[in-house]
Amino acid sequence: MMDVLRELSEAVGISGDEGEVRALVLKHLQGHVEDVHIDALGSVLAVKRGTGATRLRVMAAAHMDEVGMMVMGFDSDGTIRFSAVGGLDARILPGTRVLVGPDRIPGVIGWPPLHLNKSQETVPIDRLRIDIGLTSREAAQKALKPGDSVAFASMFEVLGPTVRGKALDDRAGCASLIRLVQGDPFPFDLHVAFTVQEEVGLRGAQAAAGRIRPDAAFVLETTACHDLPQDPDEPDQTTITRLGGGPAITVVDRSMVSDPRLVRHLARAAEKAGIPHQFRSPQHAGGTDAGAIHRTGTGVPSAVVANPCRYIHGPYAIMSIADWEYQAALLRAAWNTLDEDVLARP
Amino acid sequence: MPLDLQEHLRALCAAPAPSGHEGPVRAVIQDAWAGRADDLRTDALGNLIAVKRGSGPEPRRTIMLCAHMDEIGLIVAEVGEGFIRTVPLGGVDYRALLAQPVLVHGRRTLKGLFGAAPPHMARSRDKYPTPDDLWVDVGLPPDEVSALVRVGDIITVDAPAVPLKGDHLAAKSLDNRLAVAVVTLCLDELTRRDHAWDVAGVAAVQEEVGSYGALTAAYQIAPDIAIAIDGSWGVQKGVGDDEGFPLGEGPTIGRGPNFHPLLVKALHAAADGLEIEVQIEAIPGHSGTDAWHIQVSREGIPTGLIGVPMRNMHTPAEVVNLRDVTRAGRLLAAFIAGLTPDFLDSLAWPEGATLKERGA
Repeated sequence: MMDVLRELSEAVGISGDEGEVRALVLKHLQGHVEDVHIDALGSVLAVKRGTGATRLRVMAAAHMDEVGMMVMGFDSDGTIRFSAVGGLDARILPGTRVLVGPDRIPGVIGWPPLHLNKSQETVPIDRLRIDIGLTSREAAQKALKPGDSVAFASMFEVLGPTVRGKALDDRAGCASLIRLVQGDPFPFDLHVAFTVQEEVGLRGAQAAAGRIRPDAAFVLETTACHDLPQDPDEPDQTTITRLGGGPAITVVDRSMVSDPRLVRHLARAAEKAGIPHQFRSPQHAGGTDAGAIHRTGTGVPSAVVANPCRYIHGPYAIMSIADWEYQAALLRAAWNTLDEDVLARP
Repeated sequence: MPLDLQEHLRALCAAPAPSGHEGPVRAVIQDAWAGRADDLRTDALGNLIAVKRGSGPEPRRTIMLCAHMDEIGLIVAEVGEGFIRTVPLGGVDYRALLAQPVLVHGRRTLKGLFGAAPPHMARSRDKYPTPDDLWVDVGLPPDEVSALVRVGDIITVDAPAVPLKGDHLAAKSLDNRLAVAVVTLCLDELTRRDHAWDVAGVAAVQEEVGSYGALTAAYQIAPDIAIAIDGSWGVQKGVGDDEGFPLGEGPTIGRGPNFHPLLVKALHAAADGLEIEVQIEAIPGHSGTDAWHIQVSREGIPTGLIGVPMRNMHTPAEVVNLRDVTRAGRLLAAFIAGLTPDFLDSLAWPEGATLKERGA
């Protein structure tokens, strides 16, 4: 499964341009699902047949897209203007290596030498430029078009108990969902959705849930983790999650109040199976596909299980391999005991 | 063996070798220079000195070529809770290190990165974090980090060289591995050309912390003239043509008090002879290079500076044009091949005539 994660992490799939990831997902689903459908936005929907023990329609979603950048235009010196796609902190960009356009042309984000450039004020993205080595606007226009994707050029590495790579948010969730789909059947038909455009507003999930119309939904995410040594001057800074503490169950975030019945069920299943888990700090904002899914149609009870991951939305993030493996294990344990009773109102 | 410049630079830049810890890059240079010099030695401070003897009558004059081989880097200052705090070794720009991958050279080499809070977390995004806000994360549990990493271990950027379009190359530590490659190119060409003077090629240590390698190398070699090679500022966004030099339009030749005006003139003459485009870099005082220190070594040494324009200096993504590197190597080789046994006489300061009359 590590090879699947590596492949998914190194693939490029900026929101709206998820094709490379979609091809990998389809390859790994083959032979394990029925009714494969690529919807109007580009999400991959499919059904994993269950044992039939329960007639619940259960949806599981992981997003294929990653944050990145988009080519906006060209300067006369051949450098490339660009904009963020999704939530990107301009401060991480100076000196970063990128891949530009469909041909994945290598480039670097320019940064004047320290000796001539001393301000600590953040340089906004619209004033940064990508250098692919071309020296005229005409040459750049031949190589690229406005709207082309720009991705971080990052290689995936295993660092022992952790991994380092880009786009773990949410390729790690995609890999877990692939792992679950490739395993034994669940008591119900599992409607999987590998969604597009999460990072620009939970777009793919909304359309996918509109088609699936599930009774309950689980989102496999990768969430922020800031368990670094705390600044004593800012003691209220939340860690959100802790690396190695097991997958994080969301109780509430900016996009949704998780369904407490599903949260309770997840926690009980984890305890029963002895699977480490944690609750994501509600102090922290951020949202997931569940935010869109839970208010689709007549409403969908929804929950999120996420891999804690340091430094998401940047060229490299660090995630615990054990946390990630427990994400699939926790969901498997919860799904194997999921039935109508879990959703019954007292 | 013919020299593949891009491969040579790739190997040079891959070596993790910040100031005072030049061993890995010295090994790469030793391999490259061994077949291209008569004598190769490493001095007490770690400078690698290649001597290529000339064909002139003894006692022969010596020209020293100085390319510093160290790069900027970081040192472990503190290990706490599994995270590593750093201090800079040389002129590090922490703003360009945020979220960048690094290698921590502990009891074994650990891959890690400079931690940055995700955008949803960052309290304020108006300013870049200071070094105190930044930690290196190697993704290991605290006890393992404490066992493997000690205060004083070095840290380097973990990013391979990437060829860009138009003969450009992006890499860490092109400052100043590009200059090492210039010396390699020069020595290589001189294996096929007659030259009267002895040539001492120096891969110098510790430029980024004070040019100490160049200082001691100049003392022991006691050259008759010396030329330092280093990166010069390239034109880019934020560096106008009033501050830097366009890439691809040739190497720069320094001009100002750090440089002997008649030596500068001779370098230009060599460039003219080859029809190589060069640019004049006017430097009103301290050149910020090894040349500054070599010039006043011993009893004073006529010194020159060849620069290669570079973008993004002191970031993990320095960019040069390979044609400029090649031209700098050819220029030096041609200049050296043209040195007559009595060339030094032409550098004598005029007593009667003015420098203008001497064409400088």
